[in-house]
Amino acid sequence: MSKTMGHKPQQGLLGWFKRRGRTLVIAIPFWWLMVFFLIPFAVVFKISFAEAIIARPPYSQLFTFAENGVVQIKLVIANYGYLLEDSLYISAYWSSIKIAFVSTLITLLVAYPMAYYIARSPLRRRNVLLMLIILPFWTSFLLRVYAWIGILKTNGIINNVLMWLGITNEPFVMMQTDFAVYVAIVYTYLPFMVLPLFTNLVKLDQSLLEASNDLGANSLTTFFKITLPLSVPGIIAGSMLVFIPVVGEFVIPALLGGPDTLMIGKVLWNEFFSNRDWPVASAVAIVMLVLLVIPIMLLRNAQNASHEEGA
Amino acid sequence: MRKSFSFSSVATVLGFAFLYAPIVSLIIFSFNESKLVTVWAGFSTKWYVKLFQDPQILGAAWISLKIAFISASLAIILGTLAAYVLVRFRRFLGKNLLSGMITAPLVMPDVIIGLSLLLLFISMESLFGWPAGRGLTTIIIAHTTFCMAYVAVVVQSRLGDMDESLEEAALDLGAKPVRVFFDITLPVISPALVSGWLLSFTLSLDDLVIASFVSGPGASTLPMVIFSKVRLGVSPDINALATIIIVIVALGVLVAATKMKPEKGY
Repeated sequence: MSKTMGHKPQQGLLGWFKRRGRTLVIAIPFWWLMVFFLIPFAVVFKISFAEAIIARPPYSQLFTFAENGVVQIKLVIANYGYLLEDSLYISAYWSSIKIAFVSTLITLLVAYPMAYYIARSPLRRRNVLLMLIILPFWTSFLLRVYAWIGILKTNGIINNVLMWLGITNEPFVMMQTDFAVYVAIVYTYLPFMVLPLFTNLVKLDQSLLEASNDLGANSLTTFFKITLPLSVPGIIAGSMLVFIPVVGEFVIPALLGGPDTLMIGKVLWNEFFSNRDWPVASAVAIVMLVLLVIPIMLLRNAQNASHEEGA
Repeated sequence: MRKSFSFSSVATVLGFAFLYAPIVSLIIFSFNESKLVTVWAGFSTKWYVKLFQDPQILGAAWISLKIAFISASLAIILGTLAAYVLVRFRRFLGKNLLSGMITAPLVMPDVIIGLSLLLLFISMESLFGWPAGRGLTTIIIAHTTFCMAYVAVVVQSRLGDMDESLEEAALDLGAKPVRVFFDITLPVISPALVSGWLLSFTLSLDDLVIASFVSGPGASTLPMVIFSKVRLGVSPDINALATIIIVIVALGVLVAATKMKPEKGY
């Protein structure tokens, strides 16, 4: 609203409000997010250096005032050392990243042809298909994960059908395995991959494809030389939208995974709710954040790139 | 062209089957007579009756609806302000930081948001005495924070598509900026506000992890009750609940889609 600069400054409270209006409009969302999004990370960081004690709240204070007025600072780095010592944490981080990486890849392979097809559909069909992609996203995430229990369990739908068809006599064990976790992740995060891919593919300049065909390239060559390279920003954005939240996923491994399915979101949850060790839970969260910094930067860059294209 | 097109159409059909098969199975088995969810034993609506006689589920649903309504309404105000500032104000101190804080909640794992907000609330309570204890208020603050990010994204794209010359014309004709916002900008972006509000409402209604962290005694939301039931195994009344939610959402989206034709699909 820089256009208001030319107006004559007004007197009084109303005038002050109008001149400061811009600052106020910026300040309200800015400080809300500062207080309830950014500063909490500082608090987590602080508590990750505290000591777990039996009290309310169950952690020690970093700053204490000694009798002679000196502020004593006690930082406990042991929480981070503990993460390194106990192999549980390292393998949980590693297996979360592995599960997130593999499921992002599978989601990409499932989503790409769908996004490609929708982007090339006539307008009416395109809108219907897009709505069908978004619709499951609007229904409860928790209930969509729950639906897979009925499908995958030992006397569930898949096993009943397979045994009825006579394909197998023994039911397959699919529940409480990594397989169930992968299926549910791909299932619930599919819309997050399809939408950015679609947004990218729908903008693709058709004349490039025609030119490629006219010059004698077959459709596969055209796809790999033109469509795929141009859709890289969409691939990055979609992949990060899946990868980042999946690394910290709790609901899916808790409901469908077995005791061997190690994921850091579940470890953090147990550390907090079962062991009530808040400082270690905070250290787990800080390390997870550090691991996610690079993917989040990638996502920001991909999104900025697509905003600039659109402008 | 033809070859990849036919491959992609087959893949799309399979993809949609994958998306909808679990939802269809939830609905079918909500009408199953048997308590064994996946063995068909005849048509029955008894699980719906049982659902509406369960005071725990009804109470939690009421709490969740209240939280979702207030959070979505607050998120619309804050998210629209954030989007307006980011799209229309060319440059200001902290613009990059604000746009980062709008993007990050969209992907930040729930466990991190939940833990960090809980620790913030506890620190604030010991420093200022507010919020005293945890419950509805703390859940509403948490939900407003992540919902406003979704609202901001939806409104941002609508503001970006909007013809800015409309606002400029009104300003040139002497209208005050605030009036231009309410008379020109707001009506144009209203479809985005409606979808942003609905999206926030459903996201809030759906959240398990963040609410579990910042909730207190006596404030069990619907997902928290569902989760504790589902952990013990499948139960047909949850299928009935899922069916009701799916039907409401499908009707809502259909109505929205027919009412808001000019808007792009999302």
